[in-house]
Amino acid sequence: MFRFRLDGSSGVPPYLQLVHQVRQSLLLGYLREGDRLPTVKDVAGDLAINPNTVVKAYRQLEHEGLAGGRPGQGTFITATSSPALPEAQQALRESLEEWLRAAEEAGLSSEEITALIAVARHDLKKEKVS
Amino acid sequence: MTQNDAGDSPLALRTDHLGRRYGRVWGLRDCTLEVPAGAIVGLVGPNGAGKTTLLEMIIGLLQPTEGQLSVFGETLHAPMTARLARVGYVAQDHPLYRDFSVADMFHLGRSMNPSWDQELAQARMEALDIPLKRKVKALSGGQRAQVSLSMALAKRAPLLVLDEPVSSLDPVARLEFMREVMATAAESGLTVLIASHVVSELERFCDWLIVLTGGQVQLAGSADDLIAEHQVLTVPRATLDADLPGFPVHRTDSDRHSTVLVRTEQGRPVAREHPGWQADPVGFEQLIMAYLQRPSRSAAKDDTAQAAARPGPSTKAVSR
Repeated sequence: MFRFRLDGSSGVPPYLQLVHQVRQSLLLGYLREGDRLPTVKDVAGDLAINPNTVVKAYRQLEHEGLAGGRPGQGTFITATSSPALPEAQQALRESLEEWLRAAEEAGLSSEEITALIAVARHDLKKEKVS
Repeated sequence: MTQNDAGDSPLALRTDHLGRRYGRVWGLRDCTLEVPAGAIVGLVGPNGAGKTTLLEMIIGLLQPTEGQLSVFGETLHAPMTARLARVGYVAQDHPLYRDFSVADMFHLGRSMNPSWDQELAQARMEALDIPLKRKVKALSGGQRAQVSLSMALAKRAPLLVLDEPVSSLDPVARLEFMREVMATAAESGLTVLIASHVVSELERFCDWLIVLTGGQVQLAGSADDLIAEHQVLTVPRATLDADLPGFPVHRTDSDRHSTVLVRTEQGRPVAREHPGWQADPVGFEQLIMAYLQRPSRSAAKDDTAQAAARPGPSTKAVSR
């Protein structure tokens, strides 16, 4: 059975941490289509977390098409990781490594690189919103 | 499953201008709240803010001086037994008789509560490996807390009130205690009211929030709504409070810029209305700390402080 974890000091809202873990596990192949997610009660009791937070996370996963509830049975993973994904990921990783090498050669510290990525993501998000 | 939208769900707790005076000093005043059934509520405030006064009125230990209070529909006029049956209570120091065994404590609980669920109490002790024969004085702090919790849950009351439940426990015992509370809430739709100083832990437990300072409610509502109604703005230092799009809750001025937590309408795109300003969502802990640091309404007499102490629809008039 899939088990969630929670980092109380990460600053990421608890329900998003749960959503992220499912997304990530799907990408890494730890979760597959048809797998049952733990019940709300199990997650609440396991992590000492508000059951409504678990409900909210599962709703978000359903909304994203990654999971679905079956009445009386629980919540199941419905998504298959797209077969194109590993290849796309590989290509992205290569270009990212290339970019990181260029940033290092340009003299950017690890912190500056992280800050630059954060700023770029922030701006991209803004573009999408406006 | 529990729902936290106030819409059609019955109210677990309702207070209307509730107040309690000790001699000439008001311990709590003008407290108006509605908490839906199934919510897990964090009650936060510094010492002397009125938390214990509110809790003791809810559990029936203290009579209000003014105002109304009802717990799952049972008002102050209902017979005491009916009111008490609605609330399970775990006090801060987990008061149990030291020379009693766990079984003795349960016997006491059964004789005092008509709806007592002996099976539930015993099953919980078994699951936690706490022998029924053991004397209270031989239990660890964490085990005592668990016995207190089991006694509160065995009452089968729809509202569970926890006063600083974990402040005396070590981290592992705290976690185990709250795991029990959350699992029970998930299973039975229990409404839980947790008074706590440990603000950083509340985000994982609570979906509803009440902040008290100086005997006044500063902030109350569903955590999701409250988070959505607040934004952290980074603005030029010269920006006047009156020019902010919403009510300034907490402001920190630097040399050239200021960081202001404002209360606005949900989802207002402040950053788009003001190019050059930065708007960020507020964190749970940050939100609570900002309200805890506000001067309380009873201490300040002018109109702005009055408005500040009750941010809500009326204060949105500040925005333009």
